[in-house]
Amino acid sequence: MTIQFNEETFRDDYSFYNSDWAIKRFPFPFHEDSYMYAVNMEQHRGGPEGSVYEKRFDVDEHYVSEMRDRAMVLADDPLRCQSLPHMTLAGWDLLELIMVSKSEDYPDLFELNRDGNQWRWINKPLGIDDSFTFLDETTLPYGPMEYITRQAQGDFCVLDQRDEMLWMDAGMVTTQADWSLDFDIGMNFFEWHAPVPLAHEMGIFKRALKFLLNIQQGAPARRLNWTMTVNPLLDTSPENYHKWGIQKTTLTPENIGSKQHLRVELQTFFRLPRSNALVFPIRCYLCSFQDLMTMPKWGRRLHRVVRDLPEELATYKGFIDNRPMMLDYLSKFDDGLPTSPGVFPDFETEPPLQTTT
Amino acid sequence: MSKFEFPESIKSRPVYGTLEPRPGKSHLMIADAEGAEAILGLAVQDPSLMAKTHIIYIPKGTDFGDKLRALNPAQYYEGPSYAASVQRLRHVLENAHQGLQVYLTGTEGLMGQAQNEAMQAGIPHTAIQTEHRGSVARRMQCVHCKGITEDVMTDPFVCSHCGLNLFVRDHYSRRLAAYQGVCIDAEDPGNVPEPKELYT
Repeated sequence: MTIQFNEETFRDDYSFYNSDWAIKRFPFPFHEDSYMYAVNMEQHRGGPEGSVYEKRFDVDEHYVSEMRDRAMVLADDPLRCQSLPHMTLAGWDLLELIMVSKSEDYPDLFELNRDGNQWRWINKPLGIDDSFTFLDETTLPYGPMEYITRQAQGDFCVLDQRDEMLWMDAGMVTTQADWSLDFDIGMNFFEWHAPVPLAHEMGIFKRALKFLLNIQQGAPARRLNWTMTVNPLLDTSPENYHKWGIQKTTLTPENIGSKQHLRVELQTFFRLPRSNALVFPIRCYLCSFQDLMTMPKWGRRLHRVVRDLPEELATYKGFIDNRPMMLDYLSKFDDGLPTSPGVFPDFETEPPLQTTT
Repeated sequence: MSKFEFPESIKSRPVYGTLEPRPGKSHLMIADAEGAEAILGLAVQDPSLMAKTHIIYIPKGTDFGDKLRALNPAQYYEGPSYAASVQRLRHVLENAHQGLQVYLTGTEGLMGQAQNEAMQAGIPHTAIQTEHRGSVARRMQCVHCKGITEDVMTDPFVCSHCGLNLFVRDHYSRRLAAYQGVCIDAEDPGNVPEPKELYT
């Protein structure tokens, strides 16, 4: 299908919206009526047609506006994109992976012509037509990682692998759930996850690291993660927390349905061929509570998950203060009926909300 | 007593050991304030060390200088501040030969910054030892304005650059040699708890 790109903002007037198509394909992260940490990795080899899992790098209606938002973040704070000196080759690996994937998966939007190292890249939605020499940095306007990730939705962490460890040595991070690349760059896998509660004690990170170190070329993996965001703000950075934190206090029973968003990260992991680095794209999807409630199964389930979430997790995910108001809202969409297993909305088969009055 | 037992913390927080004399062709000891006591201890354990030792010391108002000098190290330098001594430190590291042993002791800020210099100069981490002595003050980076505030003793504290009220995290960056400070009243401006001394 041809994608109609939304004209929208992720700041100030927050004109962001999801079409019916985008709601239906939203990566709802709860496969059952409760949530606890898990490594929950699966192969990233396609998925149901039209779902966000289908392509290697999903492109959706938010693409053009998200890239505009990224450019604004970078203009304000260029340190959101950094690459330690030994990571340039991995940047070229990433550029190749994205260009090849996008031109194969979306031939109507992206074209890549290669003649040896002479490459021509056409990005129609963004109006880009650049010719350059592969592996020659002087022929691109930015370093290879920055160049291509200014044209790809989601954050990108490029992890060096050495001493049986992963190192956060490069990244493009402008749509993050409250962590700072500038602070964390150069850290190892355990260090940059240090502030996460409970998961270390559960052995989650040890198992995850073991899995990630063994990811092979051509066999990418994926998982989902989630948090909550008030307003469809992509740049929930610690750098700007003193500016956006206050927005959490603007929720009211009247506006919560439109203001409160479930924020889901589709995290994927690809081995890069020349550098042996691992690229870790973190793609952020936002959906307002009121849009989620159009799927009866999601309404029932979200209420149960938020209600039963351990306090540490609600605190870490930053919504402990707003949880009572969320539950007042969500409980109206939970009639106590059972839900079907799995993340998909099953709109055709799940019963509509049973109203008591 | 200048030794302090830090409570167990998250995995990015540095852990310090106890300095011990190691065989090496040459030795570089960098200390501030009460870190001098750890160096004096090393000299007692192995008096032969000092003939091959370069000491870089920042007294920060303490008076251990004479005692250190009396150890007769091969080279001795006393600097008025870490910043003032860093050029000398870099010079020493750049000209270091294989087999150099590095000993860092004193405050976390001193050890963190000197360790960073040593790593950047290519000194293997296995040749670097650390021992905390003296003040438990922290070197903090404000995540908002990126300014560094040295010797932070309370939580929360006021960023010495942008003036925001910051809480003291245990999340630590070796590259910056600093802990992270994050605005404490972003969601409730003006609601700043009374500053409390660290570890009390």
